[in-house]
Amino acid sequence: MADKISTRQAYGNTLVKLGAENPDIIVLDADLSKSTMTAGFKEAYPDRFFNAGIAEANMMGMAAGLAFSGKTVFASTFAMFAAGRAYEIIRNSIGYPHANVKICATHAGITVGEDGASHQCVEDLALMSVIPGMTVVHPADGVSTEKLLRQVAALDGPVYVRLGRLAVPVVYDEGTGITLGKAILAREGSDHTVIACGLMVNEALQAAETLEKEGISVRVLDMHTLKPLDEEAIVRAATETKSIITAEEHSVIGGLGAAVASVVARRCPTKVSMVGVQDRFGQSGKPEELKKEYQLTAEDIADAVRAADAEMK
Amino acid sequence: MTIDRNYLETMAAKVRIDIIRQIHAAGSGHPGGSLSAADILTYLYFAEMKVDPADPDRKERDRFVLSKGHAAPALYAVLAEKGYFPVEELLSLRKLGSMLQGHPDRKHIPGVDMSTGSLGQGISAAVGMALANHIDGSTGRVYALLGDGELQEGLVWEAAMAASHYGLDDLTAFVDWNGLQIDGKNEDVMTVTPIDDKFRAFGWDVQIIDGHDFDQIAAAVEKAKTVKGKPQLILAKTVKGKGVSFMENEAGWHGKAPSEEQAKQAVEELGGEW
Ligand SMILES: Cc1ncc(C[n+]2csc(CCOP(=O)(O)OP(=O)(O)O)c2C)c(N)n1
Ligand SMILES: [Mg+2]
Repeated sequence: MADKISTRQAYGNTLVKLGAENPDIIVLDADLSKSTMTAGFKEAYPDRFFNAGIAEANMMGMAAGLAFSGKTVFASTFAMFAAGRAYEIIRNSIGYPHANVKICATHAGITVGEDGASHQCVEDLALMSVIPGMTVVHPADGVSTEKLLRQVAALDGPVYVRLGRLAVPVVYDEGTGITLGKAILAREGSDHTVIACGLMVNEALQAAETLEKEGISVRVLDMHTLKPLDEEAIVRAATETKSIITAEEHSVIGGLGAAVASVVARRCPTKVSMVGVQDRFGQSGKPEELKKEYQLTAEDIADAVRAADAEMK
Repeated sequence: MTIDRNYLETMAAKVRIDIIRQIHAAGSGHPGGSLSAADILTYLYFAEMKVDPADPDRKERDRFVLSKGHAAPALYAVLAEKGYFPVEELLSLRKLGSMLQGHPDRKHIPGVDMSTGSLGQGISAAVGMALANHIDGSTGRVYALLGDGELQEGLVWEAAMAASHYGLDDLTAFVDWNGLQIDGKNEDVMTVTPIDDKFRAFGWDVQIIDGHDFDQIAAAVEKAKTVKGKPQLILAKTVKGKGVSFMENEAGWHGKAPSEEQAKQAVEELGGEW
């Protein structure tokens, strides 16, 4: 069993390191610092941590003001209350004036689990991707979270980073080169390509292993940066393999699947199948049960690949 | 108004035991704020509100909105004890396929008047319901319960302004003033006091009471019903985790399930059998 760490924990750890390197980093939270893991930064640099209270809209507005006064701001809360509650403030006060604010939202997706639909954000990638100039990142594991966050911190402009609650297997070793805006070729393959993000990357790798034994060779791309999207990697997948299967812990409306499909439709028409949340709200349950209920497991990805393969024979 | 204090205290103890059992069975949930709200909810459902479990959607009923939706186990406990659904069903809280979602879900749970869980939104919906009563000339009243941390949401103050602007005297809101939120004390996270003066400035009638004293709750609700032309706030001083010694006044018990041993101790302290 590989080591497990949640991407929110990796975020919290990275934030402490970044705080030592850059004295201009300010961290904001909205009464969830022990869940978003900004509590470590608060402890290390109490003078540079500010609790906005349960007031996400004001937190985003303050973040913009701090950014335009020379600070590099990391603002955290749950994805529902960042991308959801504070949407229009992010759009008009952070996106439109292009503020140097890193919105690091945790507890995204249905694997939030027992809290249920009111807390399970499966719309945030859509909401954030539609804002001009917003960089949108959704790492798969602890290693890529740290590597991507370092690049996010160095970038001048607004970024949305989508992080999870659940401890997930570490997919990459420390030596893996990971670049913002460039898909990671997580596994080479020649028949079909699964393009995944977040915790679905690990599921995709497991599916590829199963399918290998059935004689289907699957390429796996980790599309950790949804915007700007690595179009060339998508075009290569569309031309070098028979079909594309996208996999995301997000609505299939407006997320990774939709973004990939629009590139494919424009540049290289190919069949695209989508594994993701099918226009449904979440519900209470254990994360692993919910992954099954919402068809977000390795087996669901494998089924989608098998179906595409059968159709294209 | 005379109340049966004994009956209400017995019922509140049952509700608290139900809260502990639910959260222990679920393995997650919010005991602190459920226990602090238990007496207010018990009073509303067992001494005040005109509701009928056999006809949960009756038009001229009183309504209740749990704006601090994470206290769902307290609401589910009073609804079950009141007869909206079997008490045994409480143990399905937060499980896959259960109607008892982690936060109140009006689509599936009889007696739940509003889906909540995102702080600040419930009070806006309560204002809408009170406004509808005015439009329809309905005799129903609307009750809402807010957390003190929840008051940090700007939306609460937009709702407060609207309620007084429209003169919604059929709206009574409680604040569960337990002094704590997730990251610690209100005043360390984001000062919310003075709560009474703020609501007064927003045009509300304000009373301050002990939220664990049924005589005070009863007197405040009776007085609120006589107020004309203004919404009313009942600022109820409470203890987070009330009734369970090791949970009282501990921010750490905001959102954590008790172990078997802890649940047993809690139920026994509340006068129940494990
Ligand atoms: C809009 C929103 N932001 C954040 C949360 C997460 N959250 C749940 S409970 C809570 C603290 C609530 O504190 P308080 O209102 O004082 O409740 P109580 O002490 O009565 O439990 C927070 C921040 C939420 N549910 N909704
Ligand atoms: Mg409180």
